[in-house]
Amino acid sequence: MPQSGAQQLEVSYLGRVEYEDGVARQEARRREVLSGEACEALFLLEHPHVFTLGRNARASDVLADPEWLAEHRVTVAETSRGGQVTYHGPGQLVGYPIVNLDPDRRDLRRYVQDLQQVLIRTLADFGLEAESRAQPEIGVWVGERKIAAIGVHVKRWVTIHGFALNVTTDLTFFNGIVACGLDRVEMASIESLTGRRPPLDEVAAVAGRHFGEVFDRPLYLE
Amino acid sequence: MATEVLMPQMGESIAEGTITRWLVKVGDTVERDQPLFEISTDKVDAEIPSPAAGVLLEMRGNEGDTVAVNEVVAMIGEAGESAPPAPTAAAPDAGEVEKEAAQPAASVAASPEPAAAAQPAPAPPSAPGGEAERVRTASSPVVRKIAAEHGVDLAAVAGSGIHGRVTKKDILAFVDAPSAQKAGPSGTEIVAAPVERPAPTGFYVAPFTEGERVEIEPMSKIRQITSAHMTYSKATSAHVTTVFHMDLSKVHRARERAKAGFLRANGTKLTYMPFIFKAVASALKANPKLNAAVDGTNIVYKKDINIGMAVALDWGLLVPVLRNADELNLTGLARSANDLADRARSKKLSPDELKGGTFTITNPGVFGTLFGTPIINQPQVAILGLGTIEKRPVVATDGDGNDSIVIKPMSYFAITYDHRLVDGADADHFMNNLKRTFLEESWSELDAF
Repeated sequence: MPQSGAQQLEVSYLGRVEYEDGVARQEARRREVLSGEACEALFLLEHPHVFTLGRNARASDVLADPEWLAEHRVTVAETSRGGQVTYHGPGQLVGYPIVNLDPDRRDLRRYVQDLQQVLIRTLADFGLEAESRAQPEIGVWVGERKIAAIGVHVKRWVTIHGFALNVTTDLTFFNGIVACGLDRVEMASIESLTGRRPPLDEVAAVAGRHFGEVFDRPLYLE
Repeated sequence: MATEVLMPQMGESIAEGTITRWLVKVGDTVERDQPLFEISTDKVDAEIPSPAAGVLLEMRGNEGDTVAVNEVVAMIGEAGESAPPAPTAAAPDAGEVEKEAAQPAASVAASPEPAAAAQPAPAPPSAPGGEAERVRTASSPVVRKIAAEHGVDLAAVAGSGIHGRVTKKDILAFVDAPSAQKAGPSGTEIVAAPVERPAPTGFYVAPFTEGERVEIEPMSKIRQITSAHMTYSKATSAHVTTVFHMDLSKVHRARERAKAGFLRANGTKLTYMPFIFKAVASALKANPKLNAAVDGTNIVYKKDINIGMAVALDWGLLVPVLRNADELNLTGLARSANDLADRARSKKLSPDELKGGTFTITNPGVFGTLFGTPIINQPQVAILGLGTIEKRPVVATDGDGNDSIVIKPMSYFAITYDHRLVDGADADHFMNNLKRTFLEESWSELDAF
């Protein structure tokens, strides 16, 4: 792993990781970035079925009852990220950038816009014309459907959590929640819109490359 | 000299932040750069560090408050220092803390010794909605059980969970802390006590008392949602209910004539509901005030007519929404309504099918109720409750003015409306419109069946 100080970004694809392990890993990396022990990172991965509740989530946004959750093997986790409730699961690319926005990117709105931009460019490579939206519908949309969600936590300007992009996600799992607390949200994935089923690591590689461009960081690929 | 803690600017175009939770309490000693509170903006939750070391003297922003950038949210200084007066004082002073600790709170089974020396100050009082909300909606049954077992008032425990929720770790740490009062009046056993916090007015009735034989069952998610919505609705709208007696004989005849053919042709039953939906949709079109919402001092007229139908299921109450009901004919309404009800029962509704309603119909009559006084489904301003449809003797007057008693299928329809926006005259207009439709509409669409 390169020394910190060089503004390099370590990109790694971690495969399927339990949600709690993902959180632990991010928090550990953030501590290291803050203490100068490690350089910034972008973790790209996939989670088993989980509904996560962000800081602004309401209990009522989880519609599924305990029987449904058990039957479908969905766990529920509370998290420190902003935003409301969302679903992660197989076929969805989750990205956790651990970057230091200090000193030249100390703007949370801009960070969110930059993340959306990374996803828009990635989707373009898969034949989709996506766009970002502002509050209260932050995320990445293709037409009237939401294809990616964003939720971030910042401590001393270093970020954790990030984005979730539906590639071959089973969208019916979103029925168990009021996704992002939004009225009438119809979810989409690369598969539902194009019929294609690109492997997750392929999408991860594309996303990593665009991340390096948007955030102007040379990439170090783990 | 006390230091001000300001709402920071987290971006060029960001003018405000919402405080999602406090990480420290008034009276805590903090270090410079120690995280004090978290704010939320644009799907980002950010920890805000302390600008100075000292004691947190005062909190001026509460959880859930949206504060403009550069406004003071807290004051840090020397212990005992008085912070410059704020528009609304937020912290209890030392004297108040002693008094509070000295009075045995209804829910604490501890000995009534003044605990000022050892007991940490209770979480600073926030707006009544804020504090009560935190305790009520927050902690899991396990946490409440532990709190009850130790006679602890949950509101006095700092919560590190989401929205200040008291987690299992928090309550166990609190209970193990040497300063916690644990002995019961007899110094021996702790008897379980209810854990709810007294209401701001001081009037409070505990859900159960020590020694009472009870069985405690945690509410299901849907029960919690319904429970919270009901009290929220009652507290939000000015509920008034008005009742009309509806003559459904013409509807009944039309239905009887067409129902067999309809079922054959459409594979779905023709109940009274499509007729009622059609009548309601056109009455709402003519009376837009009942298809609206109240937003402070604004009236929000809803352009779509999305009618929710309450469905009672074994596990709770759901209200799937029939969108754009005014655009459907009887056949379309029958199909959609039956489909929504079936999928509600088999738990196959999608989230958007439970949202976006602008008016709701509930049918307690199906269980035999004559008429009900339903609670409004927020953020709507009216709800129609259907009473049981049964044959009743009514007076009919013929052309010559002679009265006789006839038997007709009748039903009491009750409309609960929000008097903040809707007046009696508006509700009566709407109900009369329904009444006329039932008396006059020929339902010619059904001639084909």
